[in-house]
Amino acid sequence: MLRLQNISTGYGDIAVLKNVSLHIGRGEIVTLIGANGAGKTTLLNTICGIVRTRSGSITFNDEEITTSSADRIVRLGISQVPEGRQIFAPLSVLDNLRLGAYVRYRSWGKKKVQEQIERMYSLFPRLHERRQQYAGTLSGGEQQMLAIARALMASPGLLVLDEPSMGLAPLVIAEIFKTISLLRDEQKTTIFLVEQNARTALKYADRGYVIETGKIMLEGRSIDLLDNREVQRAYLGRQKQPIWE
Amino acid sequence: MAILDTRMECCPREELEQLQLERLQSVLNRVYKNVAFYRSLFDARAIVPEDVRTLEDFQKLPFTTRKDLADNHPYGMFAVPLREVVRIHTATDTTDTPTVVGYSEHDLKTWGALVARFLSAGDVTRDDVIQVSFRYGLFSGAFGLHHGAEQIGASVIPASSEHTDRQIRIMQDYRTSVLVATPSFALLLADRLEALGIDPKELMLKRGLFGGEIWSEDTRQQIQQRLFIEALDNYGVSELMGPGIAGECLERSGMHICEDHMLPEIIDPATGEPLGPGETGELVLTSLTREAFPLIRYRTGDLTSLDYQTCACGRTLVRMRRIERRSDDIIIVKGINVVPQQIKKILMEIEGVEPHYRVIVSRENNRDALTLHVAVSDHVFLDEVKHHASFLERLRNELSHRLGMRVTVKLTEKRTLDRELETSPQVVDTRRL
Repeated sequence: MLRLQNISTGYGDIAVLKNVSLHIGRGEIVTLIGANGAGKTTLLNTICGIVRTRSGSITFNDEEITTSSADRIVRLGISQVPEGRQIFAPLSVLDNLRLGAYVRYRSWGKKKVQEQIERMYSLFPRLHERRQQYAGTLSGGEQQMLAIARALMASPGLLVLDEPSMGLAPLVIAEIFKTISLLRDEQKTTIFLVEQNARTALKYADRGYVIETGKIMLEGRSIDLLDNREVQRAYLGRQKQPIWE
Repeated sequence: MAILDTRMECCPREELEQLQLERLQSVLNRVYKNVAFYRSLFDARAIVPEDVRTLEDFQKLPFTTRKDLADNHPYGMFAVPLREVVRIHTATDTTDTPTVVGYSEHDLKTWGALVARFLSAGDVTRDDVIQVSFRYGLFSGAFGLHHGAEQIGASVIPASSEHTDRQIRIMQDYRTSVLVATPSFALLLADRLEALGIDPKELMLKRGLFGGEIWSEDTRQQIQQRLFIEALDNYGVSELMGPGIAGECLERSGMHICEDHMLPEIIDPATGEPLGPGETGELVLTSLTREAFPLIRYRTGDLTSLDYQTCACGRTLVRMRRIERRSDDIIIVKGINVVPQQIKKILMEIEGVEPHYRVIVSRENNRDALTLHVAVSDHVFLDEVKHHASFLERLRNELSHRLGMRVTVKLTEKRTLDRELETSPQVVDTRRL
């Protein structure tokens, strides 16, 4: 569905991604794990057209989107849930959702947008309860749900999430991830998940990539990555003893 | 005929190539980071892994050879700390520095899964009783088949290198349905059954999966007709993993290479230039997913050609033609790779002078035999008989010991041998494989 080949990008003189290739199949949950500054967010922003590539190609549903504009990419069906949620705090929940359908409004019309909002309410009943509240007054977990719902308003084929577990309590994280699984199982949404919380991400994902200083070091099924000693040591906090060789 | 992993084994080529590119880039990143040998190899050529964007870029990387493995013996080629290595095998090779191959836990799992693929392709199921008649030991063959068969859920009998009569007894008693062995063992078995007056049809054998040796279509026909089984070929390289690299399906029209884990190339053995599909050349393999012991562009020494057409069985994985020859002078005797140079070296050590010798590999009663004709300096012949006998004894012992197989030694006069060497090569393989 999504295919990246030899993507390199950077900011100014600093190269961030070095020849990254990866793919996401239809209906898959794929995760990208890596440490701070490894290039995870840059990779997402590159996919979404916010950061320009220096070389390589990105294709989505067989269409080349390497140089497409961010709004064009949303129209094609890739929605991002940005890091730190980035909801519009002074607007109501309802208005946040409406804005999520901004690129669809003209073609869908009011009625269809309303239907989509209803769908979001059934997916996240809490948002329905708080639909008139200012988004800034929601709890962290609710804000995260709102951010996901806002992204889903554009009815994407591929949902891209940047650190959805950031700053949330473990119970709330579990709820968010259950919702993500549900989206894939019931709505057939393909999901690309970037996480520092490697254990949780690998628990819910089918496959994963490990990124280190802008380079993909490992690709594999989540269960295999969870078993991988290198991954355990670096990202799961196991085996902290020094290595002697 | 079940296809075990439909997603990978029948993967459209475009998707497969994407996966290969991803895995190739990540394995290059890993070896550059973790294996000093590769880091210096790349550095010396001013290559960084990021330079590899396409297969053409990849083909500019240097080869890894048997010598590199020997030079870095024992642990120089390992990409993970030793504590993460859960198994160590050696490659089938008789040189003084054996090559060590390490497996992580995940490597063993993958190994079993890939062997399970060709077992399934040969219609082996959990209902089968599978007799593994490869020798269990440092060589990896038996263990690979063992892991694969267990993953499928078949009942595995590790018959190993038990005496032939005992193997037959096991087949009768436990109703073995699948035999895993070398093709020469299958023929030996057929002979022995005949001698004992046992009708192979009374056994429950239905299939044989053969490997570890170079064999021909002729031998296959013989095995099939004499044992009343379907005989399938599979291919392994002990340095890369062992068996599981490629295996035949019931179509018997080439061995499917597990391309999602092993990237194959065919090169001209003389120039190292890449050759196209269908052209015969040396097989070069890159292990894409090995954790403990990844090899980049490893020269297998086996000559074959690749066929990228989709097989009648539905698998899209490329097929390699059966191995008929090697690109180097290695001869495979009883599944052991014998390097003629090694024989020369041993002789030099014993005799102390440049040896005159001929190596003759033959097959008698379906058993491989290695015979060495050694020209002795005149003084041995002139000396008393006792001296002569002890020299012969020493030679035989030393060679058998070092090569790991029984060697027949015949002493001849130097003149006779020289005359023979004028008309025929030093190493002769008289087996009709």
